[in-house]
Amino acid sequence: MSEQIAPTRTPVFEARLKKRYAAEKRFRTMGLGAIVFSITVLLYLLGTMTLNGIGGFQRAEVAVPIDFTQAGISADPAVMDSSGAMQSLEDQGLPQVVQYFADEALGEEGAAQIGGQAWRDVAAAIAADPGIVERQETFWLPASANLASGYEGEGSQEMQALAASLAAEGKLEKNFDVGFFSRADATNPQQVGIWGALKGSILTMIVTLALAFPIGVLAALYLEEYAPKNKWTDVIELSINNLAAVPSIIFGLLGLAVFLTVFPNFRSAPLIGGMTLALMTMPVIVIAGRNAIKAVPPSIRDGALAVGASPVQVVFHHVLPLALPGILTGTIIGMARALGETAPLLMIGMRAFVASPPDDFTSPATVLPMQIFLWSDEIDRGFVERTSAAIIVLLLFLLVMNGLAIYLRNKFEKKW
Amino acid sequence: MSLTLLLLLALGLGLAGWLAARARAWSFRRASPNGRLASLPTYHAWYVALWIILPVLIFVGIWSAIAPGLITQAVLTAPAADQLPAFGFQRQTILNEARAVATGAAQGVFNPLAREFVEPYREAIGRYNWIGVIVTLAIAFLGGVYAFLRLKPDFAARNRVEKIVMAILLGASLVAILTTLGIFVSLVFETIRFFGMVNPIDFLFGLHWGPDPMSNAENPDSSRYGAIPLFWGTLFIGAIIAMIVAIPLGLMSAIYLTQYANPKFRAWVKPALEILAGVPTVVYGYFAALTIAPAIRDFAISLGASSASSESALAAGLVMGVMIIPFVSSMADDSIAAVPQAMRDGSLAMGATTNETIRRVLVPAALPGIVAGVMLAISRAIGETMIVVMAASTAANLSANPLDSMTTVTVQIVAMLTGEGSFDHPATLSAFALGFVLFLVTLGLNFIALRVVKRFREAYE
Repeated sequence: MSEQIAPTRTPVFEARLKKRYAAEKRFRTMGLGAIVFSITVLLYLLGTMTLNGIGGFQRAEVAVPIDFTQAGISADPAVMDSSGAMQSLEDQGLPQVVQYFADEALGEEGAAQIGGQAWRDVAAAIAADPGIVERQETFWLPASANLASGYEGEGSQEMQALAASLAAEGKLEKNFDVGFFSRADATNPQQVGIWGALKGSILTMIVTLALAFPIGVLAALYLEEYAPKNKWTDVIELSINNLAAVPSIIFGLLGLAVFLTVFPNFRSAPLIGGMTLALMTMPVIVIAGRNAIKAVPPSIRDGALAVGASPVQVVFHHVLPLALPGILTGTIIGMARALGETAPLLMIGMRAFVASPPDDFTSPATVLPMQIFLWSDEIDRGFVERTSAAIIVLLLFLLVMNGLAIYLRNKFEKKW
Repeated sequence: MSLTLLLLLALGLGLAGWLAARARAWSFRRASPNGRLASLPTYHAWYVALWIILPVLIFVGIWSAIAPGLITQAVLTAPAADQLPAFGFQRQTILNEARAVATGAAQGVFNPLAREFVEPYREAIGRYNWIGVIVTLAIAFLGGVYAFLRLKPDFAARNRVEKIVMAILLGASLVAILTTLGIFVSLVFETIRFFGMVNPIDFLFGLHWGPDPMSNAENPDSSRYGAIPLFWGTLFIGAIIAMIVAIPLGLMSAIYLTQYANPKFRAWVKPALEILAGVPTVVYGYFAALTIAPAIRDFAISLGASSASSESALAAGLVMGVMIIPFVSSMADDSIAAVPQAMRDGSLAMGATTNETIRRVLVPAALPGIVAGVMLAISRAIGETMIVVMAASTAANLSANPLDSMTTVTVQIVAMLTGEGSFDHPATLSAFALGFVLFLVTLGLNFIALRVVKRFREAYE
């Protein structure tokens, strides 16, 4: 006799299946939720920085019309071209002239809110175009930090009132601050710029690249192509893998204990910063380099050896050129990491207040992330926007570098 | 700057040697009856150039390290040196000021005594610059002439050059060992000095942290160097709060991206996660301090927690967790991808739904890799500096309340070394002891994690 096969789709089964599908859906939604959360945080972070930062590229400026025909200031083009231009204009009483016309235009209260150094902006304009002294000209001079925060609706009541009245007359405006890209650090948020830090970063990165790239590539070539299988090679590999994972602050301690003991005069110089970051970047380049070299097929090596190339010629004439795009990608990513790094530089004293851009590799400097850190510590509200603006500049640099790395990878990546 | 000058000089001389040697080799080739050399002319050229550049580079490296000392020594023979304070901070300041003026880095001196040293400095710097240049030229000349005289038609220049190249390659890979050794030795050295002043037992097991950099360095109070609150703060922020955020989010993102997402979605989202990983930590720190910390404080106060701090462990930990998400995600991604497809197919063929397959087959099979990834993530979180420096506090609290302010090992390293404390003070040296502990812990975590990953990969290969 034949046994009746029980129907599979019993109500109990149906209920269980429904539950299982519901669980499936929940799980899937949770996965999507995790991604959405991460992306939202990223967008929120970038959004906050951008919104804050847009203001940081501008500054509150006050209009001061100056009628030079009354002032009696002479600007001899020969003098204006020389380095004595500032001195000459100061001796002729330009600061008082600026002060006088500021009093005229803004009233005493308003004129007090122009920085004492504002005449230097006027002097620079005269030095650039001596013809100005023959006519009347309106200058936009930086407002004081107090007036600027009054314009933002913060700070004391008087300042807010003053800012409102000046703005109503069209004498106070927020303008795009070109000087932000050419000045260095200052104590007044109205006067700060990022060029000093940017130049420090560039100099530091040059040192890092000059040290880490050759050492990293050569070490990668040795380990991948020539190293005999023995204990020494294992030790080298182990130390490179460990260095890649050591916290960056430890490299700062090394720089402090070793480099600053050997070169005590170069405290906070790009040279020492670059050397410290090079030690940190080198393992990244070695690991990326080894992967790129490994990807070059053995047939290339065999072919070159077969036509009589020596092992060194095989590597330098054939393997290295083929692996170079991969190595460069790894190098750029390592350099991008070094560019954003702050902690090790904090250890070796690159946190000093540096009011002028560094001249060379051994003069005191600061770097872009360090500048962000220093500004974020400032109490003055005006620094909040400036910090965000500096962050935007830093992120743009990193974006360009990473974009370049991705471009190189896509353009030159070969599937053998 | 004389260093740049010397390097340029070395390169210029190397180029001259290169050109001369190549011309010489070509003349051999023309003179020889069959037009053949043992090596190509380029190798002769490189042989001479390397013999010029390498000795000069070694000399410049040593010289730039010892020259400042020699200059200072020469300056101290000046008559005014008797009036200098015997040692200490003031002596250094005066000498630094004088040197800055002598090299043109500064306009004038504040300290009248420093003026006495400007001239001796200028003289000594000038003299030693000349000595440096002359020795460089002499070394380059000797090296170049020695190599040049060895050039012959049957000279095996290529083999020699290749030998040198191999030595350079080996030297480059030894830099890694030297760096590791350098870290180890400098940390151990300073840590031993620290433990000479402070009892190690008090340091490792003490419950109170509050070094006073201004106290008498001769007789430090060991009971103020108890690092347990720092270790707890580090673990609480980096290994607990950050991981509560990063592990589920990172793991779920990896699962969704590898198992559910279509290729187009994946192609967009993966780079976005990589951007999250590429944001510099100082930006995260600023974000935490500016946005997250005040929000958490306000939220806590609205819930009735009046003691909520604006430097809470929660703010630093949350932002650190977000920073770690891409790291956990990519490690989990790799481990799940390493599980053989047959296991997944088998489970699906038995009628399991995708999530049952993931939870009961893929994740258990990938678990060793995921655990290793989490260990690497923890090692990264506890070594992270900028977020905690900017968003966590410097006050050491032993508390389990995430709204309390807490400090970490890295915060204290920064605090101890960026102060004005002297290098012989136990408070400053404690930073090296903390660094040493951090180094050992991260090294241990990485070592175990790499082992686990390796064994796990082998299991499925």
